[in-house]
Amino acid sequence: MSLDTVARAESTPDVEQPYADLGLKPDEYERIREILGRRPTSSELAMYSVMWSEHCSYKSSKVHLRQFGDKQPEGGWPQLMVGIGENAGVVDVGDGWAVTFKVESHNHPSYVEPYQGAATGVGGIVRDILSMGARPLAVMDPLRFGPADAPDTKRVLPGVVAGIGGYGNCLGLPNIGGEIVFDETYAGNPLVNALCVGAMKHEDVHLASAKGVGNLVILYGARTGGDGIGGVSVLASETFDEDGPAKRPSVQVGDPFMEKLLIECTLEVLHAGLVEGIQDLGGAGISCATSELASNGEGGMHVELDRVLLRDPSLSPEEILMSESQERMCAVVTPANVDAFMDICRKWEVEAVVIGEVTDTGRLTIDWHGERVVDVPPRTVAHEGPVYHRPMERPHDLDALAANDANALARPRSPEEIRTTLLTMTGSPNLAAKGWVTSQYDRYVLGNTVLAQPEDSGMIRIDEESGLGVAISTDCNGRVVRLDPYNGAKLALAESYRNVAVTGAKPLAVTNCLNFGSPEDPEVMWTFAEAVRGLADGCLELGIPVTGGNVSFYNSTGDTAILPTPVVGVLGVIDDVERRTPMAWGPDGEIIYLLGDTGEDFAGSEWAHVMHGHLGGIAPQADLAREKLLGEVLIAGSRDGMLTAAHDVADGGVAQTLAEMALRSGIGARTWTPDGLDTAVFLWSESPGRAIVVVPRSEELRFTSMCAARRLPAYRIGAVDSGLGADTGHEGQQVLQIDDVVVSLDELRSAHEQTFPNYFGPALTK
Amino acid sequence: MRIGVVTFPGSLDDRDAARAVRLAGGDAVSLWHGDDDLKSVDAVVIPGGFSYGDYLRCGAIAKFAPVMTRLIPAAQAGLPVLGICNGFQILCESHLLPGALTRNDHLHFVCRDQRLRMERTDTFWTNSYAADEEIVIPLKNGEGGYVADEGTLDRLEGDGLVIARYLEVNPNGSRRDIAGISNPTGTIVGLMPHPEHAVEDLTGPTTDGLGFFTSAVRSLVKS
Repeated sequence: MSLDTVARAESTPDVEQPYADLGLKPDEYERIREILGRRPTSSELAMYSVMWSEHCSYKSSKVHLRQFGDKQPEGGWPQLMVGIGENAGVVDVGDGWAVTFKVESHNHPSYVEPYQGAATGVGGIVRDILSMGARPLAVMDPLRFGPADAPDTKRVLPGVVAGIGGYGNCLGLPNIGGEIVFDETYAGNPLVNALCVGAMKHEDVHLASAKGVGNLVILYGARTGGDGIGGVSVLASETFDEDGPAKRPSVQVGDPFMEKLLIECTLEVLHAGLVEGIQDLGGAGISCATSELASNGEGGMHVELDRVLLRDPSLSPEEILMSESQERMCAVVTPANVDAFMDICRKWEVEAVVIGEVTDTGRLTIDWHGERVVDVPPRTVAHEGPVYHRPMERPHDLDALAANDANALARPRSPEEIRTTLLTMTGSPNLAAKGWVTSQYDRYVLGNTVLAQPEDSGMIRIDEESGLGVAISTDCNGRVVRLDPYNGAKLALAESYRNVAVTGAKPLAVTNCLNFGSPEDPEVMWTFAEAVRGLADGCLELGIPVTGGNVSFYNSTGDTAILPTPVVGVLGVIDDVERRTPMAWGPDGEIIYLLGDTGEDFAGSEWAHVMHGHLGGIAPQADLAREKLLGEVLIAGSRDGMLTAAHDVADGGVAQTLAEMALRSGIGARTWTPDGLDTAVFLWSESPGRAIVVVPRSEELRFTSMCAARRLPAYRIGAVDSGLGADTGHEGQQVLQIDDVVVSLDELRSAHEQTFPNYFGPALTK
Repeated sequence: MRIGVVTFPGSLDDRDAARAVRLAGGDAVSLWHGDDDLKSVDAVVIPGGFSYGDYLRCGAIAKFAPVMTRLIPAAQAGLPVLGICNGFQILCESHLLPGALTRNDHLHFVCRDQRLRMERTDTFWTNSYAADEEIVIPLKNGEGGYVADEGTLDRLEGDGLVIARYLEVNPNGSRRDIAGISNPTGTIVGLMPHPEHAVEDLTGPTTDGLGFFTSAVRSLVKS
């Protein structure tokens, strides 16, 4: 079978091409023919098909995502050094330090093959951070699964957790948090999002652009194999049916050891000043890296594709272009620096080869053994893909959902009902302890982890001298977004913001992973658009920019879309990590305060979900001015040493917050419902804008005066008390007392911690 | 007081080990796997990680590294060496210590704050601890189950070469709850848990791990 060269494409205009099997629409294929003035070669078709895919081109979301750039304060965002569009955004955290972070999805591969799907999700996001010039410092994983008792969840969850651990642990990055949420809409479509954060000095920030005509393009890292090719095998098998390679697995396989070498090698070449531009290879492999580098730089590049080092010599040029083999990077290096670059690669035993050079032709040309197989304007591949204004329609059932009032559900009244509800809620899968999962992740490596799950945020020290650090949280209540996407997205942002502020860090920037159903469903598209609008408005109100992220569409099983899940990650900075506020409360006698107001907010709550299987009602309204004020008080409280502990109030309400604080410290407390509140509302309503703080008696007056001066409601709801056991018939035990209800911490802990082992088996034998 | 920290491809806790050495008052000296040069150090720490990816058998390839061709005879001649986690595996693979580390009995990687009892406290690396002192330091491994034949286990216990034992929970199925052992002279110590992750209040569960490094510094000062 002969090679499909540019010359052949010109002389055989009428050859039928399998564009539809590659996911291109007829008009998209026509547009490619228009751009090129001829039919594409099979290599070009392969490139366009992956680069114009929803995943790479954001063709359905682009028109909405623009708001993240458009809605900004006059004069721009002061903290933003590199914005959306690069591999990851970069923010200034002071003292000459810059931080980059981003969250991405690896949902579909993780359903097909949980271990490798999740593992390579971690690998991909780490390379994004690395390619900005930063040393990766930590990872986090927001996860969503089908019901905990569903048989397939027992397959997917342990595999995903083992994959994240297997890759991250071997890579030497601490896993400092994330989320695990169960809902039936995720059965058949779990969400595996991965976040990475890295830091660098300002002068070390690098960008993905091929600058300097005559500079050389070096591909380094793992060899290119046939993994992760996906749709392109269709093309290969149609073009090369005789001698072609066999069917390829479409899920990539990770090698964390190679990634570790790649990190050390890349940081060394960057710090040695040997790199003009750099890009990681992720989705769409070499197609993406070469077209993006060329498009961002001088505009032209020539590549000799047969120079690429292969794991499998039978690969066709189309497959090499599309391969998503992991652990590869692409660097642009001046000819004078190539030898030094290669020396460092040899030191780390990383293979590297010059595959091409930067040109000013305005074309990306690719040869295969001397014959031209690609000749395209790179911008048309990388940046000028199709853009759709998809039809949108407000979901037909929103009014019915809103009318199904959660506040009318039967509430627990008697002390016995309250007690039973407390134990049931604390042990329900979404609220249960996640130690089964996080004990499989290394949270200690690198020695800079200050806070990790189950704390509100993960916090890491960046500068050992000054104590400068960052805190990150990711959050999203998909049920609330379902009820009210605009406001629900704002609430996800508010919760993440609050979780960062609770630890004493000042929120600074946002990343997001927008997980939705099919964009071709107008109701999904409307929901997506509303969520983006809410998030962009919310960011402007809170004064923190979106620095990057990811959109994942087509998350549905049959016709059932997942709950709309715009996972929001907020990053904050803290001048001295010694000042962080943990969630465990302190010694006897300290006073427990609830900050913020509590209303009847059961719509979308965990209580309605667990106790009644209910989703409906009017979602709580986000008040971001209040969130900002709460954040200021929490940060000031941390800075001025007024707080021993603080914890966000969110899923599961005040009851869950109190239970988690007590269990974290192992010390009991006596608490009471504030005057005028129904106990069930106090305990399980999910009104936003609240946190529980613990104040030493010596600081009480100063703290309450500060709250009063700033007009932040503060309710005295209890005191830490280790001696309650004897008074309540639990001699020798620590107890949590809420009004007349008494529960021992042993009983509470057992309910909280047994859930995961019950569903997924013991993680540790005794 | 120059204490070397070896970096293999895939070493992960080398920075942490160097930090611990510094906090204990020693000078941390980087040793590169590819150099057959010990840079005149007074003692060596082989840190945790996944040397060469540990795709074959943990530590099985590392023992052939150029630095090990120097380190093995030097250790046999009395150079103090502490192997932590992957370092312990490498010491066993190098036959500097008896036994082997196998896959955790529960088949999961485990990261937890682990209580230990220090049983031998007269070694180069453990003399800062009181006999039977209980400490809590992080443990994190996938292949940390210590195994040896019954005769070897009897000899280790009979000769007092078990330096630390797991308390409360045996986290990986180690025989006789063994967390760490030493050679008869107490210069070579292998330990599965990670003392280098418990040297600062801010980042560790305790500062109980610092004792391993202050022990080394103290031993060097005395000599």
